[in-house]
Amino acid sequence: MIKRVTFRHKWLPYALLAPQLLITLVFFIWPASQALYYSVLQQDAFGLRVEFVGLQNFVYLFSDPTYLKSFNVTVVFSLAVAGLSLSFALLLAVMADRAVKGATAYKTLLIWPYAVAPAIAGVLWYFMFNPAVGINAWILQTWFGYDWNHTLNGGDALLLIVIAAAWKQISYNFLFFLAGLQAIPRSLIEAAAIDGASPLKRFWTIIFPLLSPTTFFLLVVNIVYAFFDTFGTIHATTRGGPYGATNTLVYKVYNDGFIGLDLGGSSAQSVVLMVIVITLTVVQFRYIERRVEY
Amino acid sequence: MVENRPWLTVISHIVLIFGIGVVVLPLWVTLVASTHAGEDLLTAPIPMWFGDQMVENYSQMLTAGMHHVSGQPLTLMMFNSLVMALTIAIGKIAISLIAAFAICYFQFPLRMTCFWLIFITLMLPVEVRILPTYAVVANVFTPLITVLNYFGMEGTELVLPGFTIDLDLSMLDSYAGLTLPLIASATATFLFRQFFLTVPDELTEAARIDGAGPMKFFRDILLPLSRTNIAALFVILFIYGWNQYLWPLLVTTDPGYTTVVMGIQRMVNVADIEPQWNLVMTASILAMLPPVAIVIFMQRLFVKGLVETEK
Repeated sequence: MIKRVTFRHKWLPYALLAPQLLITLVFFIWPASQALYYSVLQQDAFGLRVEFVGLQNFVYLFSDPTYLKSFNVTVVFSLAVAGLSLSFALLLAVMADRAVKGATAYKTLLIWPYAVAPAIAGVLWYFMFNPAVGINAWILQTWFGYDWNHTLNGGDALLLIVIAAAWKQISYNFLFFLAGLQAIPRSLIEAAAIDGASPLKRFWTIIFPLLSPTTFFLLVVNIVYAFFDTFGTIHATTRGGPYGATNTLVYKVYNDGFIGLDLGGSSAQSVVLMVIVITLTVVQFRYIERRVEY
Repeated sequence: MVENRPWLTVISHIVLIFGIGVVVLPLWVTLVASTHAGEDLLTAPIPMWFGDQMVENYSQMLTAGMHHVSGQPLTLMMFNSLVMALTIAIGKIAISLIAAFAICYFQFPLRMTCFWLIFITLMLPVEVRILPTYAVVANVFTPLITVLNYFGMEGTELVLPGFTIDLDLSMLDSYAGLTLPLIASATATFLFRQFFLTVPDELTEAARIDGAGPMKFFRDILLPLSRTNIAALFVILFIYGWNQYLWPLLVTTDPGYTTVVMGIQRMVNVADIEPQWNLVMTASILAMLPPVAIVIFMQRLFVKGLVETEK
């Protein structure tokens, strides 16, 4: 936690920590405490008085069908993004682990989407699935006779942002899976091969179980990503619609608070989100091999 | 490779090429669309090979922008994005370096408290505290005023003997507002802390015997040793800063401060008409170009940074 050899100084350490702490207090701790504070208050229609209402905002929130729907959408969305992106990335990583020739070229061509902003990723897929001119929508229409329309069909809209969000995350998952695969001792796999285990059997009985720490770590990271980093993907494309089909919790907190100006309700939503982040962070630090030691 | 199975090698290459096809397809479609005239993209199927409008599209977007949506040239937006990305990356690295140095190399009261305060920021992304953070940026003295009011001060003016300070400073529509609230970073502080813990104590002892003070040790020994870590972190943070979306959306209303990633949604979400896809795609390519180029050309640093920030 601390170096054995340290320096002694009365004020220098505080001065060094001051910028970080000042920004943390003003822009993180203070707003978060305000959200906590306002989540138990209710403002009247004119914004003139506030009164203490206890947990009423939360009770209201969890009896509000649009909020429950949004919760539902977020859970389905995150699991779909994590599942799609992880399985695709694992497949590619296993193949890239085998390929000796061209490994660097494959890697380069697969990692660049990491650098694309979630909002831009959304726009690219939004264009490709555009019902009028999009190439994917056209293929679905002419080859499969499916009328894709994400502006009217909620399922299509949700699938669109799932694909856009999962696409961007493939690079990240691929890199970590590849590193995980390369860390598996060759001797184990060779021993299994000598015993006559086929590649598929080796994968399910040796490689996949040994990869499980990586998989679990990536699962948490992907869920955090789907929860909190996909605001841009949704805001730039479907805007929560149609009829709330892509209205995730983060999009809703923005919409209710910033556009709808509902202080109490939006703060209660913020508090719920904080609880979710804290839970996910605790899971990440507690159950995934201790990556940070204190 | 464990054993020689030629057909399996062929299959793995086919799967990889197919996978790359899926990953690269959006880039291809975007690139192609950005070289066509608007009329070519009005009916399906749209062309899959390059058109001849590339120069026109790119020069229009770079110098004039899209007319009916505020009409800011993309050079301005990209400049704003660059300022934002560089300030966030350099700012985060600077304040995290010195904070990690203080936490690792000094013994002082409240050391653990400071550490945990920084740790908490990990659990408070902007997304969960949108409204109150906006209120603080609208007047950065809000916390101070609340505390002073609690102790009996009235209004928002701090009256000191001899002069009065009006505690009202808005950071909306400014580079400071765009960057400062995003500069605190638990991840970067942890990263440097981890690294400092691996630096041999003998170096510190030797420096002290030679009479070097803490700041001289920091500047002449610790900083040069951290060079690769700083570079790797810079790559990740530059991408992070460039790709910010929600924050610029909240704190800027003046089109002069629009960043390119946030500006594109205005071009897509046009009321009642189809967006001008050729120009939207041109803007998308320009918005992706800097971060993607960094990932491709600084691949080793990028991978190092990615792996290390997750520790």
